[in-house]
Amino acid sequence: MIPMPQDFSKLSVTLGDAGTIEAMPGIAALRPFSPQAVDFLNDLSRELLRADSGLGAGYSDVATFAFWCRKGSVMKMKEDYPNLESRLGKGIVFHSTPSNVAVNFAFSFASGLLAGNANIVRLPAKDFDQVRIITAAAAGLLTGKHKHLAPYLAFVKYPPDQRLHDYFSALCDVRVVWGGNETIRELRRSPLKPRATEIAFADRFSFSVLDADAYLDAEDKDAAANHFYNDTYFSDQNACTAPRIVIWTGEKKAEAKADFWPRVAALVREKYEYQPVQAVGKLNAFCLLAASHPGCLCISDDNALVRAELRAIDTDTKEYAYHSGFFMEYDAASLDDLLPMIDERCQTLSYFGNKEAITAWIMDRRPHGIDRVVPLGDTMNFTLVWDGTDLICAMSRVIRS
Amino acid sequence: MDVFFDTAPYSPGKDEKGALLSRRLFELTRRHYERCEPYRNIIDGLGFDLEKAGTYYDLPFLPVSLFKQLDLTSVPKEEIFKTMTSSGTTGQAVSRIYLDRETANLQQKALSKIVSSFLGASRLPMLIIDCPSVVKDRTMFSARGAGILGFSFFGTSRAYALHDDMSLDMESITDFFEKFGGRRVLLFGFTFMVWQHFVHEIEKLDIKPDLSQGILIHGGGWKKLAADAVSPAVFKKRLYETCGIREVHDYYGMVEQTGAIYMECEEGHLHASVYSDVITRDFHDFSVCGFGETGIIEVVSALPASYPGHALLTEDEGVVLGEDDCPCGRQGKYFKIQGRLKNAEIRGCSDTYAAGL
Repeated sequence: MIPMPQDFSKLSVTLGDAGTIEAMPGIAALRPFSPQAVDFLNDLSRELLRADSGLGAGYSDVATFAFWCRKGSVMKMKEDYPNLESRLGKGIVFHSTPSNVAVNFAFSFASGLLAGNANIVRLPAKDFDQVRIITAAAAGLLTGKHKHLAPYLAFVKYPPDQRLHDYFSALCDVRVVWGGNETIRELRRSPLKPRATEIAFADRFSFSVLDADAYLDAEDKDAAANHFYNDTYFSDQNACTAPRIVIWTGEKKAEAKADFWPRVAALVREKYEYQPVQAVGKLNAFCLLAASHPGCLCISDDNALVRAELRAIDTDTKEYAYHSGFFMEYDAASLDDLLPMIDERCQTLSYFGNKEAITAWIMDRRPHGIDRVVPLGDTMNFTLVWDGTDLICAMSRVIRS
Repeated sequence: MDVFFDTAPYSPGKDEKGALLSRRLFELTRRHYERCEPYRNIIDGLGFDLEKAGTYYDLPFLPVSLFKQLDLTSVPKEEIFKTMTSSGTTGQAVSRIYLDRETANLQQKALSKIVSSFLGASRLPMLIIDCPSVVKDRTMFSARGAGILGFSFFGTSRAYALHDDMSLDMESITDFFEKFGGRRVLLFGFTFMVWQHFVHEIEKLDIKPDLSQGILIHGGGWKKLAADAVSPAVFKKRLYETCGIREVHDYYGMVEQTGAIYMECEEGHLHASVYSDVITRDFHDFSVCGFGETGIIEVVSALPASYPGHALLTEDEGVVLGEDDCPCGRQGKYFKIQGRLKNAEIRGCSDTYAAGL
């Protein structure tokens, strides 16, 4: 039992209480995919789907999480782990979740729980309905049917505070930090226990590879545009997974672009709202890029969708990435054209076309970046392997006997 | 450029001014296109063709924040006469504006024409509501220092009202009041300084200086005062109560377009002089807003010859109220600034602060 200093006035515990946290070092770890955790998540899923539909409008991100954590889906994930018998959770995981994404915290604690740990979750600073809904559903279950799991879950909320970072960092066996880089730097000032480890999700850079010919052959082009819209505009094109550059491969590039972009533009006109400051920001982003890259061309009918046609892919290309509907675009003769920009910061390659060609190319060229290759529309789908790290393995330990 | 100075700053009507400005701004666009490579790349990238442009409304504009990120000049290094910087708070990027002699002269001439049309031709005893240290380093001018030096031209017997720690310099001000009280004098300072360190502090004292014949010119924006819910009307009223001053003129201007400032008239409207203009633009497609419609403020100025800052998209929002028909009698557009563009709440998982501005 590690008593919490009494003067943490900035701290509010929104699930569990200070006692839950203080008692965590003394409780037994769970096994990965323990029946308790799987059942709890399954009931949570049911509660959320009910609560969400009860609200009328419904939050698509809450529903996505609810589908992800239902038993059928979790048992399918478990199939990727045939050798769990000798594993146990490491103990306590402290999750620092991003302040401007609502549901990320839920995927984070669910992963920690599935790996077999007690979890302290620092919630987003912003007040999201989604956070309230998930917290209420979890609280209901943990005081009732799933009482025995209550010691394994605490949600906290506090403004950046070194002493609180220190306290939770000293308490945990694994610290999971969802970036950006500023937040990671801030938390790294708080020491971990000597054996504790950290999983840091830093600012990343993602791009799309669209095969012009495959696109033109596709039956449902509106679906492709819709997937692209969801991958980008849904998160203000500011999620790590959101493509900032669109690479075209194949033969009929001009034809494909002339078909694709108007479809995206139509969706944007219909659904996307943005502020004047974002319009100015996109103009500024283009000017910055163009100033030092002669031949770079701005294509835009209005400020909702701004494209910047690149003449080449350079090592510095991704420094010019911007959000809110600003797309750098490049016609590639071969995927090798992309190599200069691919470093450890590259995360998601979303594609339309032939996946095998892309993965074969990655394994052949072995760049230092690209952790995910997913079809258009799947960029935001959370998996237990994230950013190249297997969360179940990283948050559990192996007992050799 | 001479033709601009042959005319009174608020006399040409829409057509005359339009023709004059278009000619000069096209010339500047061509000059910067030829001499400033990054500008040329941007203009080409935006697909702009000067041959097809009709008026200065058609010219491409750079976002003003670009001057915080790029060094943009159209003259060789050795011709740079001074560098001006915006007054950002610590840690913030500041704009860097490079002036050659020609541009610096144009700025001073334009400012002089504009301000003397309000002050009259003779210089006035001047009280600067700031501290002397802000103008010390003459090779690097901050916006505050540049404003003070620019306006100092109109003053004689210049005195500073504040110590370097922003407290009232009692010796300086009592001396000034004793010598010039009841006479026509010029007060100049930044809106916030005037409010916080002058009005507030004088109110606390047991003195009532007689500045009833004086004129105050202030600028620099209302952000801090608006946060304290101080309106222009309250600002003026408290000034009057403090020292009897009735003639108070705000101005709108920025370090990226020094000289061509927009003075507030007796009706409370900001006015474009012949040297510059404002265009409000719809953020959806940057099309021109009508009178009375809120838009992003674009400013054009005939003065920037040494850097491509003759057409800039600001981060301010405002509304053009009319043109050539302000009751004050001045020709040209008159407008209101409604404040900074609001920061957007951007989604996503990176550390993103509004649009990176």
